[in-house]
Amino acid sequence: MSEIIRLENIIKRFYIGQPNELEILHGISLSVRDGEFVSIVGPSGSGKSTLMNLIGALDRPTSGNYFLDGIDVEKASENELSEIRNKKIGFVFQTYNLIAKTNAIKNVELPMLYAGVSSSERRKRAMELLDLVEMTDRAKHLPEELSGGQKQRVAIARAMANDPAIILADEPTGALDTKTGRLVMDLFHKLNREQKKTIVLITHSPELASETHRIINIRDGRISEEGGAI
Amino acid sequence: MLFVENVILALNSLRSNKMRALLTMLGIIIGIGSVIAIFTVGNSVTLSVSTNLQDAGANDVFVSVVERKEEEPGKDAKVDGLKFGSFSGKEEMEDKDYMTVDMIHDLCEEYEDEIYAVSLSQNLESAEISVEGKDATVTVVGTNVGYYIPNKVDILAGSMFSALDFTDGHMVCLANKKMIDELYDGDYEGAIGKTLEFMVNDQTVSLVIAGVYETKNEYTNMFNFNVGTNLYIPINAAKRIQRSDLKFSTIEVVSAVGVDPETLSKKITRFFDRYYASNDSFEISAYTFSALVGMLDSILSTITSAISLIAAIALVVGGIGVMNIMLVSVTERTREIGTRKALGAKNSSIRAQFLVEAIIICLIGGAIGLVLGVAGGMALTNYMGYPATPSIGGILLSIGFSVSIGLIFGYVPANKAAKMNPIDALRYE
Repeated sequence: MSEIIRLENIIKRFYIGQPNELEILHGISLSVRDGEFVSIVGPSGSGKSTLMNLIGALDRPTSGNYFLDGIDVEKASENELSEIRNKKIGFVFQTYNLIAKTNAIKNVELPMLYAGVSSSERRKRAMELLDLVEMTDRAKHLPEELSGGQKQRVAIARAMANDPAIILADEPTGALDTKTGRLVMDLFHKLNREQKKTIVLITHSPELASETHRIINIRDGRISEEGGAI
Repeated sequence: MLFVENVILALNSLRSNKMRALLTMLGIIIGIGSVIAIFTVGNSVTLSVSTNLQDAGANDVFVSVVERKEEEPGKDAKVDGLKFGSFSGKEEMEDKDYMTVDMIHDLCEEYEDEIYAVSLSQNLESAEISVEGKDATVTVVGTNVGYYIPNKVDILAGSMFSALDFTDGHMVCLANKKMIDELYDGDYEGAIGKTLEFMVNDQTVSLVIAGVYETKNEYTNMFNFNVGTNLYIPINAAKRIQRSDLKFSTIEVVSAVGVDPETLSKKITRFFDRYYASNDSFEISAYTFSALVGMLDSILSTITSAISLIAAIALVVGGIGVMNIMLVSVTERTREIGTRKALGAKNSSIRAQFLVEAIIICLIGGAIGLVLGVAGGMALTNYMGYPATPSIGGILLSIGFSVSIGLIFGYVPANKAAKMNPIDALRYE
């Protein structure tokens, strides 16, 4: 299997050149293969979120190399980063982050809109994706009319919109009860199994992490332990 | 494509915050509304006054005796070579200062081919006329045949003076319809041939009513408010009544077909210079309607632009309101902006989204202002008694203004949104 994510000796510092300069990541190297379902686990303050932001192309490392689907991310310009996020990454957030006052189908269409997909194409693809997450009957509903689990399913459909290289899920079940959380996790498994989607799950729950192929433990800005593949 | 989406997005955003949107638009509505109203009134008044003046006498040259002005270098009060309203009253006009019949006769001979007619009128005193206990006040005006060429008077009953009436100064008159309404209860036909006896210039005169007239176009009365109660008589009859030679402070020259009134007016001024060269106090000024219209235009447009300036201030205040609300909106939607950026929106897409929203606010406000402004302006114009003509230029200008205000005052908030760091924006509570 080919490599889809490759981090080489990633260092991330904040407040560079100031008295309070802070190094959060102290040289992280890891790789994720195509079709893998990995989890990144670590307590708060471990640098987990910083790592997620780097993987999600929301930020650039201070030093080190990051290749995503063959693209050299740390060399990308601001606009290129936007494009990488748009085409290569599907974000799933803990708080869903659906656009308010915009119905489910429009939310799913959004990444395609920024990708310049035609409106008929968008509508077709969005309906397929809503079907995939079993939300077809709620296509015209506004986010405030949906339950937490339903919102997260719409968000997952949205993450799939441009057929990204990876799905980056940041505590996707964190705001859901156990039963709904379970359904969302099952959906991720289904995407991984049936759509061969590479999924990176960020969580602090060892139980959820244990369901994935591989667990990457972060502690104090370093990978402390890797393994746990089922 | 993205533009259409942005417009829909902006409309959704406004719809979900109707009250706020309306309050934000208020400044724009008031600003645009007042600009449009002012333009509509200004445009309508200018247009109708100029049209009426043109109708009344596009070929006319007004010749009048004006007080000689001491030439002050660098401080020339003339508008388009026109000395108008410069009569300060410092000097009392004496007999020698007036234009005489001889001068006018010479003028007509000198420019025989260029002058079609000269309109002369000699105002006598106003007089009280009583018929069977009914009273009317009139101004007795002696007129020559040329008087009836530029002053369009309609004969309702009876007939115009005959050539003999003019030359021999027969004691006949043309009575205004309003006067006949007063004195003969509107029996125009019945009034013809009746004799009016009344006191004027310290003597009793009796005039036979030859005709009843009505002024064709009320707007021609702009500068002669008494026309309504004028009792016209042949000028030689007036001469007989006042027992002195005729003298004129103002005459109206109608230029012949194909003659440029402007050129003629200059010739007339030069012609009279020879009579007035030795006159220290007075000289002759000849001006055309077009010069008069030009002056009116410039006065009206000065007033219009002065008021517009005030309206522009209202617009700027409105723009600041838009900027303020857009800044609030951007802050409120920080997470949305973060999400959009995470989903791949470029900075330029975010900027466009908020700019379009600001422009839409201003355009809707501008449209409401436009409707209110046109309606208000037209109502005001009608109230003032002019036909209303909305100014197309003003309408286009206001649309342009709305878009510009949206662009100018929307840019800062839109740029703030565009420059947001997606990580911070996503984390914003």
